[in-house]
Order: sequence, then structure tokens, then C-alpha cells
Amino acid sequence: MHHGKYRFIVGFLTVPLGLYALFVVWPFIQSIYYSFTDWSGLSPEFKMVGFDNYTRLVHDDIFWKSLWHSLLFALVLPPVTIGLALFLAFMINVGGRRRKGGPVISGVRGSSFYKIVYFFPQVLSIAIVALLFAFAYNPDSGAINSLLRGVGLGSVQPLWLGDPGLALWCVMAVLVWSTVGFFVVLFSAGMASIPADLYEAALLDGASRATTFFRITLPLLWDTVQSGWVYMGILALGAESFAVVQIMTTGPGGPDYSTTVMVLYVYQKAFRDGQAAYATTIGVALLVVTLLFAAVVMRLGRRERLEY
Amino acid sequence: MGSTSGEHTTTPEGIGTTSPEGVGTTSPEGVGTTSPEGVGTTSPEGVGRRSLIKRSVALGLVSVPTMSFLSACASSGGGGQEKAKAGKKTKQNPLGVNDTAQMEFVLFDGGFGKEYAQDAVKIYQKDFPKAKVKFSATQKIQSTLQPRFNQGNPPDLIDNSGAEQMDMGVLVSRNQLADLTPLLDAPSYDDPSKKVRDTLRPGIVEMGQFDGNPVWIMYYAYTVYGVWYSQKLLDSLDEKYPETWDEMLKVCEKAKKKGIAGWTYAGKYPYYLPFSLYPMIGKVGGREVLDAIDNLEPNAWKHPAVKACFEAYYELYKKGYVLKGTPGLDHIQSQTAWAQGKALFIPNGSWVENESANVIPADFDLAVSAPSGIDSSDKMPFGTIWASGGEPFIVPAKAQNPQGGMEQLRIMLSEASSKNFTTKVKSLTAFNGGTTGISLTPGLKSGVAALEKAGSNVLNPRLQDWYVQLEKEKIGVSGLGEMMAGRITPAEAIKRIQGFADETAKDTSIKHYKHQ
Repeated sequence: MHHGKYRFIVGFLTVPLGLYALFVVWPFIQSIYYSFTDWSGLSPEFKMVGFDNYTRLVHDDIFWKSLWHSLLFALVLPPVTIGLALFLAFMINVGGRRRKGGPVISGVRGSSFYKIVYFFPQVLSIAIVALLFAFAYNPDSGAINSLLRGVGLGSVQPLWLGDPGLALWCVMAVLVWSTVGFFVVLFSAGMASIPADLYEAALLDGASRATTFFRITLPLLWDTVQSGWVYMGILALGAESFAVVQIMTTGPGGPDYSTTVMVLYVYQKAFRDGQAAYATTIGVALLVVTLLFAAVVMRLGRRERLEY
Repeated sequence: MGSTSGEHTTTPEGIGTTSPEGVGTTSPEGVGTTSPEGVGTTSPEGVGRRSLIKRSVALGLVSVPTMSFLSACASSGGGGQEKAKAGKKTKQNPLGVNDTAQMEFVLFDGGFGKEYAQDAVKIYQKDFPKAKVKFSATQKIQSTLQPRFNQGNPPDLIDNSGAEQMDMGVLVSRNQLADLTPLLDAPSYDDPSKKVRDTLRPGIVEMGQFDGNPVWIMYYAYTVYGVWYSQKLLDSLDEKYPETWDEMLKVCEKAKKKGIAGWTYAGKYPYYLPFSLYPMIGKVGGREVLDAIDNLEPNAWKHPAVKACFEAYYELYKKGYVLKGTPGLDHIQSQTAWAQGKALFIPNGSWVENESANVIPADFDLAVSAPSGIDSSDKMPFGTIWASGGEPFIVPAKAQNPQGGMEQLRIMLSEASSKNFTTKVKSLTAFNGGTTGISLTPGLKSGVAALEKAGSNVLNPRLQDWYVQLEKEKIGVSGLGEMMAGRITPAEAIKRIQGFADETAKDTSIKHYKHQ
């Protein structure tokens, strides 16, 4: 029965692992190698410079600003997005009032419609979302300030993306708006797989909505939440934050570096300033931050698995 | 990477068109739509080995692109291809173009479009019927061409412009560009008794130099920077363009009473402000003040002329003469507000006429003026203006047919091609003249008049092409932008900017230049 088991496994793993090594691991090694050179990205010539790029990194104020902003993204966005998504998903699936003759648990009225509405932003590419919000934030003729004027708050006309104190939060709000729907659907799927008898038992015992949520839904959904947490954190550190910052707070990442994030800084160094080697150095720092983030979340989130 | 020619021509393009875009557009979407499902659906089964692997794949998927694309275009190839043999130099062919060699021309497809270049390519093909010309236009200059520079296989002529412009300073310091002196010394296309260099507008040749004599860049367009306004709107206020700052404040006050803001500018890109602010500094304190700033001399920004001009601009903010919300507007939004008559003046360059053509009303009567000064004690007369080359064309040092690239430029610098450009895109070219006999648009006409009035008082500050990050991010956004939004005072702005300039002067990873 077990004859040739290992050969079988190795046979299956060689190709994917080979591809993984070639397209994922190897570029990492290359990048780390380039971070020790003075490669400009515009000519094939470069020489080794040792730890010069890393010393420069340590003394680079803009790098520290971008690191701080990236960390803010990673710390603030996941709890807000996931918390909001959990609330909405719970209301859609479990939070409804019990109706006569209906199923024991159900969502609020019109929940299937809400599910579609929440998922809507997912259909739009992040670039389009960012552009739309850039228009909405226009202090002169944008939707938000026009609305404020419309309701008689003409004296409150913030500059939004033009204000260093607000710009970063404006950008984060857009990311929450555009990603929350995905998690609503993800958590809805998770909640659907929780057996209904657990809820029935809780209801018979007279549990309130809050108790049901914290004692039944959340623990049984924990794995999904944790994965979502890691995923959202990586999104916030990487691709999505780049897109919104690059498109919305155009130029160099907001007024007075108020929205510069690490990915944007990598891009600017590599493709604007012709300092590809330094860009890979920032990339290495980003790698470290991302791995640390994932490790911390996995560690904090570890708990007994519940079987059902 | 092998050394067969097939690989050389295909691989770099493959890399250039896929991976950099992958970072910007496809990978965020790719991640957004595929991997979360992978993570999400396995999770209810628990954090097994399987999902752990999947998560690390997801991790890799997201964090790798930033790095892998960089190394993907790293220098993995050998040297460039064989250069084309030079042809025989004759009267018709003074640069000695090989008439059978292929010539490749990559154009930035921006505000000026590509038609003018295509027209010039047709002339090249007529002159060298046996040569094959490969012409392409793109907005992604850097992502398509950076890998080819790394492979040592760049095209023969490039319009290195736009948001993805490759850093000229780096290209020059890494010996990637060809010296264009042979082109400048060649006879002009129209008149064999004149050298190309003698047909150009003042300042063009110097702008293409960095340190010393070689000329690395041929700027083809000629841009007039200054204060742009609607003559009609100004007339309706019963005012002339103000020559001193007191007059400027008076005009703004008058406009304010009519509900019109005095100024607006690209608040998200405050590095448009220098288009009128720098020549004002030059006018007030003399040319040497700007030269000292360009040379990154210590305390260059602490000159009294800088202080006077900063305070003058700050007064616009303090007196409420700047359109409300301006710091949150980008260039298009501010130009639109200005074209709608919400603001009187905007600092800009002559491309604004083409760029805002669809929002500028027909009877707008677009005009440009040299900046107002402080008062009669200014060092230079009213009319002192910033004008300089735009659309930088380069011939790479490793091009296979550099003579062909230069010949194409020589054709573009002929009177006929220059006129063609001016008619089609409403901008002047580096060719001096070529505006007689064609009907000029209002903005262009006013630009030509401003140049005539300026005479030799044309300034050309170099920060924006020598030190891009310093000019745009640091001076522009963190200095002037913050000051004009009222968040720092002129004194603080000067202190900050001087600090940035000192930082740049000390930074050994940046090549430094000086006015000759």
C-alpha cells in the first residue's frame, strides 16, 4: 500500500516547487543581492557597495515616514475592515428578527440585496475606485464638500487630500470602502456553514444577539477571520495601498509626505530617481515588515480549534 | 541570456511590457480576485499544512512583485548588438547615415501627440528609401525602455518625456547617452551654409549639457513659463497686467470684490508655482541668485530677493486672493476652475493651451505675461521670463544606428517640420523662427510677444531637470505647497528648503551639476 509513496509525492511536488523557487524564491535572492550594489536601473553596470544602502536607509527620514504610514495601514485597516465586515455579515445572516413560520435564523429584511450591494465595489478595479474618490474629495467642486454645502455646512470645507492631517485617513477610508464587501461575502460563507442547531439551542436558552455573536459566531468563524486578517494586512502593506496613494495623492505621496508608503517609495526610487539598488533595499525592509506582521497575527490568533 | 540576435530583440520587450505593468495594474487585481478565495475557503478546515503553504504563497504573491520586477529587468544580458556601419558622408548626408540600416525611434505619446513625429519619419524614409524605420509611441517610456538600456539594446532616438521620464542625470553619469555635437555642427536641413546649432533658439544647446562640453539632450519644444490669464476677464476688470506687486494686490482686490479669486495653482503639484516664482526671484535679485540656487550653494535660498518673493506670494494667501480649496486641486482641476473664470491668474507653461483646449472658452483670449516684480528697485526689467526647452530627445550611446537617430532630429529641426509642429500642437520648437506665415493661436501669439519683449532677459532655472526629487517633492510640495496652504510661514519655508538643498548637496548618490 505504501509502496512508492515518497516517489509519488516527490513526483507531484517537483514541478510546483521548482516553479515556486524560480519565480518567487529566486527573485527574492536576486533583490537582496542587488541591495548590496549601486545599480541605477538604467545601465547594466554596477558595483558592490556593501552595506551602504542600508546605512543610507537608516538615516533616511522619508523612509521612516513611509514605514510609519505602512505600519498605520497594517494596524488600522484590518481591525476596522474586518470588524465592519463581521457586523454586516452577522446582520445579513443571523441578526434578523424571528419571523413567524420562517427559518430559525435569518438575516435582516432585504439581506440578499445588501449582500450584492456590499460586494459591488469589488467589481471595480482599485484604480477606478481611487479615481472616483479623488473626484469626490475635490475641495472646490467635489461631491463631499458639495454635500456639506448642501446641508448648510458651507463653512466646513476641508481640503481632504490637500491637508496633511487628513490625507492619510481619506486614503484609508477608500480602502475600507472598497474591501469591506469582499469580507462580508467571505464571512457570510463561513457563517452559512455553522450548523443551525447551535443557534437554535442558544435561542432556546434566551441568548441575546450580542451573546450569540460573541459565543457562537465569532469562535466558529475564527479561522476565516484570522486568514482575512493576514490577507488584509498584506493588502494594506502592499499593492492596494500603492494604488490608492499613487493615484489619489498624486505627486509624491500627499502634501508634506503625509501619505508616502513603503511600496510607493520603492517605486519612486526605482522608476523616478534611477536608484534601483536603493529601491531593492527598501523592498527588503518591506519584506521583513510583511513577514513580521504575518508572524505576529498568526501567533496572536492561535487558539483551540473547535470541531463541529 | 544568450547572444543570438533573436533573443536580444524579443526578451527585453517581453520584460518591458509585462512586468512593470504587472506591478501597477494586474497584480493588485490578480490578488484581489483570486488568492483571497483560496485562503478563505480552506480556512474552515483549519490551519493545516495545506493552508499554511497557501498563505505563504499568497504572501509571496503580494510582496514579491515589488522586488521581482526589479530583478526581472536587472542586467542579465551581455553586451549590445553590433553597431551599424557608418555610411559615407556627402552633402545630402552630412552625418554619414548608413542608408540601409534600420532606425528605431520611440516617442513619448503625450500632450503633443505623435502625428508631428510620424510626419518627420516620412521625410526620413523618403531620404533613405532603403532604410527600415521602426517607429513607436508610448506613454510608458521608462517601463518599456529601462530594460532595454539594461540589456545594452536601446533604440536610436528617444523622446524621454512624461511622467515616466528616465532620469537624465543618471543616464549621463552612467555614460548611456551619445554626444550630439556632430548633429549641432552638421549643416542645417534647409540651408547648407548654416550649422544646425545656429538655427536654434537661445539656451537650447546649453540646456542639453550637464557638465562640460558634450551635448546630451536635444530639447525639441520650446516652452514659455509665466502667469497665464484671460485678457478678456482682465479687461472686464478695467485693469492691465500688473507690473509691480502693489499693482498685483490691487488687481486681486478688485477681482475679489467681483467674487473672482486672484490666483489658483495646481495645489497637489505645487511645483507649478516656480514657473512664475523663480523668474520673479531672478527679476528681483538678478540672474546670479537663481544660478546659486541651481548650484546648491550654501545659503542660496537666504538671499533677500527670495525672501521678498516668498513673502509676496504668501500675501496672496493671507489676503484671501487664492481660490478656496486650491491646495486640494490637481493641475487639471485648477486649470478648469481658472478657465471657468473662478480665478484670474495661474502659473503654468505654454502647454496649457493645448492641454486645456476643451475647457477654455472660445472668447477667453488666452494670454501669458512675465511675472510681476516687487518694485522699481528690481535688478532686471519687467518682461524677464522663464523660457526653455521641452520634450527632451536623446540618442543612446549604445544605439545601433546613432547617425540615423541624429539625422531624424536634423529633419525635425528643419523649418518645414518645425512649422508643422507649431501648427498642429500650438507650441514653439527649438528652431528659431518658423512662425511666419502660419496663423498663431492667442496663447501662442502672446508667448511669442512675451519672448520678443524679454529679448535677452530669458532665465532658465535648472533644478527641475537636474534634481527632480528636490524640485518636485521637497521644494515644491513640502516647501512652497505648505507655505501657500498657509501651514508654514515664508521664513519657515525658506529654512526648510535650504535644509533640503543642503541635504541634496551632501547626498553622494546624486550627481551634482554647476552652471558653467
